[in-house]
Amino acid sequence: MTGTAASAIRTSLRDRLFEYAERRLPALTRLKRVESLPIRLDRHRIYVLPTRFGLMLSLLLLVMLLGALNYNNNPALLLTCLFAAAAYQSVFAAFATLNGLEIAALRAEPCHAGGALEFSIHFHIAAKSRHSLRLRTQDAQTGFDLDRDGAATLRIPAPQRGWLRPGRLRLCSEYPFGLFEVWSWINPEFAALVYPRLESNPPPLPRSGVQAQQLADRNSGDELAALREYQTGDPPRNIAWKASARRDQLLVKEFETPRGQEIMLDFAALRGLPNEDRIARLAAWVCMAEAVRLPYALALAQTRIDSGLGAEHRHACLRALALAPGAAP
Amino acid sequence: MKSSPALTGLQFRLTAAAVFVAVLPHLLRLPSLISVPVLALIALRWLQRRRSTKRLPAWIKLPLVLLFPVLIVFHYGNLFGREPGSALACAMLALKLLETDNRRDARAAICFSAFVLMSALLFDQGMWITVLLCAALVILLAALRALESARTQWLPDLRSGAFALATALPLALCAFVLFPRLASPLWGAPNDTTARTGLGDRMAPGTMQELLIDDSPAFRVVFDTTTPPRDKLYWRGPVLWQFDGSAWTRPEWLASRPGDGDVRVRGDRVSYEVTLEPSERHWLLALDVPLLAPQGAVRGADMSLVSRTHVDDPIRYRMVSAPDYVLEPMLDPLHRRLALQLPTGFDPRARALAQRWHDEFHGDPNRIINAALDMIRGEFTYTLNAPLLGRDSVDDFLFDTRRGFCEHFSSAFTFLMRAAGIPARVVTGYQGGYFNKLGNYWVVRQSDAHAWSEVWLQGLGWVRVDPTAAVSPQRVQAGAHAAAGASAPWYQADWLMAIRNRMDLVNRFWNDAIVQFNALRQQSLLTPFGVDKAEYPQLMLAMLALGSVLLGLFAWWAMRAPKPAGDALDAAYARLCRKLARAGAARDRAEGPLTLAMRVAATWPAQHGLQDLFAQYVGLRYAHALPDPERIQNFTRAVARLRLPVATPAAAQSS
Repeated sequence: MTGTAASAIRTSLRDRLFEYAERRLPALTRLKRVESLPIRLDRHRIYVLPTRFGLMLSLLLLVMLLGALNYNNNPALLLTCLFAAAAYQSVFAAFATLNGLEIAALRAEPCHAGGALEFSIHFHIAAKSRHSLRLRTQDAQTGFDLDRDGAATLRIPAPQRGWLRPGRLRLCSEYPFGLFEVWSWINPEFAALVYPRLESNPPPLPRSGVQAQQLADRNSGDELAALREYQTGDPPRNIAWKASARRDQLLVKEFETPRGQEIMLDFAALRGLPNEDRIARLAAWVCMAEAVRLPYALALAQTRIDSGLGAEHRHACLRALALAPGAAP
Repeated sequence: MKSSPALTGLQFRLTAAAVFVAVLPHLLRLPSLISVPVLALIALRWLQRRRSTKRLPAWIKLPLVLLFPVLIVFHYGNLFGREPGSALACAMLALKLLETDNRRDARAAICFSAFVLMSALLFDQGMWITVLLCAALVILLAALRALESARTQWLPDLRSGAFALATALPLALCAFVLFPRLASPLWGAPNDTTARTGLGDRMAPGTMQELLIDDSPAFRVVFDTTTPPRDKLYWRGPVLWQFDGSAWTRPEWLASRPGDGDVRVRGDRVSYEVTLEPSERHWLLALDVPLLAPQGAVRGADMSLVSRTHVDDPIRYRMVSAPDYVLEPMLDPLHRRLALQLPTGFDPRARALAQRWHDEFHGDPNRIINAALDMIRGEFTYTLNAPLLGRDSVDDFLFDTRRGFCEHFSSAFTFLMRAAGIPARVVTGYQGGYFNKLGNYWVVRQSDAHAWSEVWLQGLGWVRVDPTAAVSPQRVQAGAHAAAGASAPWYQADWLMAIRNRMDLVNRFWNDAIVQFNALRQQSLLTPFGVDKAEYPQLMLAMLALGSVLLGLFAWWAMRAPKPAGDALDAAYARLCRKLARAGAARDRAEGPLTLAMRVAATWPAQHGLQDLFAQYVGLRYAHALPDPERIQNFTRAVARLRLPVATPAAAQSS
């Protein structure tokens, strides 16, 4: 417990330090700002530092050097020099791993909040091959090799609906020997859409607003299909009181919806639920309607989407829901 | 602490290979008590890892960690020093492989391998071993590289390791040549001795046998002007005076008695330079008879040169000798007593024979010597496979076995001379050598070791008598291995020796340029640049300057931008345009693909494939952000297949 607390403090301190640095040292951090694609990496934005292993090896080389010099053992000195030179010159190979690499495009298929967004980052390698690259954000990382133009995928957790920026990406590599780490920050101008969370166990699709009212009033014509557990937001008039009394829990009557009927998904109709839960239920309904191939329309506070069916319609509806007020900026 | 990623199969195998090559040069040298367990440990770990990637439990590792130091102490007596230290390092490296399961461990193991690899050079500074060990770095680098990727081929790793090492060569040489050497060691230099063969100050029957089959060079000589003939090339080493019935030795106190240098030179002097291989003994070798002592050495009364310190590194000294000389015309009484001393109660038959000669020839030394040489010449055989001799070694040799090599002959001859009343002593050293024409120098090998006798004659001083030459003149003219004939070991076959003697040039260069490169020679390195005596600051400055130039070149190479844009599609389109240009329809710089296509359609209405190519290109380039690589390939191939009529000058003008 204390360990995680300490590390949490450390990370927050680090974040604050970085924030401060970004504020006070714009010259150093300017390349971390959002920029449009394609992004080509060059020496102005590639950084190199020895890794901890690199420092350890240099210590060992120092010991070898001292030993060889002390015993005046020239062959040993030659071996040491050779190893040291090869190790040191790997810095150039490390640099060449990133130099000239071009981030051509970013893609992401929308996902629902709570899941993970799969970004695919497309590269032009502009060289024979690029090895052992790693791409890292605050909470995701991936390693990959590029033998030709291609893409790397990065799964970034998407906790909230709305636009998600991958944010600042650290593209780094310890190629070839792990002695130097070369890295570059990229912050591409790109945002992916995150659909709203789907309610996990949604009630059945509603009949379109007015019809449902009428049906409820008449309480006839449609067949009673089943009883199910009560969920917040169910109209009280659908509760099967007698059955509930027998079971010690509230049960709700479910009616079979006649086929071919249009469904109206109305934000305003879901009274008594918090904003986000209403959106989650609407999103779930959109998916359900799409699954059973029932045309549906969506009505939000500001937006209305006419009845329709199909992937594009679904996307339009989910997008409207994702960007409904109250979403993350 | 972040946990390090577990090793893949390939990563483990390359790490194990790195450990193995690091231990390998030591294995040949270590006692089997340690080398066998180390090798077994590596092999077993390899097999275990092939079966499962489970970690080994501590109850296996811990006893092993304790076992090796015990074995080493058992064998060497302690844990410190060059030999036990390197044994311990090998053992620890093998043990490290036992617990190598993740990347951090593997990196540590590889680093340590480099150290163990280097320590092998503390024992042998030969050229081939150095080259091989440097080449072994390729495997270490390949292992380091494999740790960086999850691929499953090892060849690219090996290739990039070799590439890294090859490109490192210039910088490495720059650092090697210019890194300031220490004039004196920071801490005690290693003084434990390895068992090298070489001339000793004791000669008993059979002691030289080991030497005569050892082909390593003992020293090399460059003569300034004249070279004495081969049969005059007697290289003087320790002179042995005392005989105890079985062994000839040199009295210790004689070494500390500097000679009075009573040499009368007749004829020319010969000056030359000797480069002595490390022998870990005191002896310096010089052509008979040396006229001076090199720095740090003393010339004894018996004209043998004794260095004040052990020869642990190759040394070089200039010498002047006189091939024709009169040595000690007035014999020192002490020397006379020493040179007539014989143990009582040994070799009665030899004594009796000598006494008979003495009486028969009335003490005439020349006739006695001739009688002895005649006897040897008549009935004796030169062979390296000499039979063992009993208590009365001289008697046994002279009257029973009659087979032997130089030490038997010189020992028996000297004994006879002393018994006949002629002052005599045994001189050991080397005889002959091989002249390397290419390098214009002589190489003298351990197998050229020799022993002969000196007798003191009135008016002539000490005179060299070589009884071996009497029985086998070949020995002096062609060398020991020629004289030994079939009894020589297989690697001393004539044709092989010829190759090896020629190849010795490379070894000599190695010794000269690399092994003996020291602080003193480094100081004169910068003389061509106007620095007479390069000290630490100058050398450092030169190294940094040259190093910076080299690094600058590499940096330029690394930083040169890869050709911008130019993906496969652009390249293919450019090729199409070049083909059109050759056919007479060069693309205007402002012309887009569609307008160009229209113009081309007007020129070659029949070429339908051409229009299709343009359509493909436009589709690929402008309809997708990232076109399908397969379709690009198809387009590229189609462009490659395209054949257009080559433009006639008229057509070119019209377009």
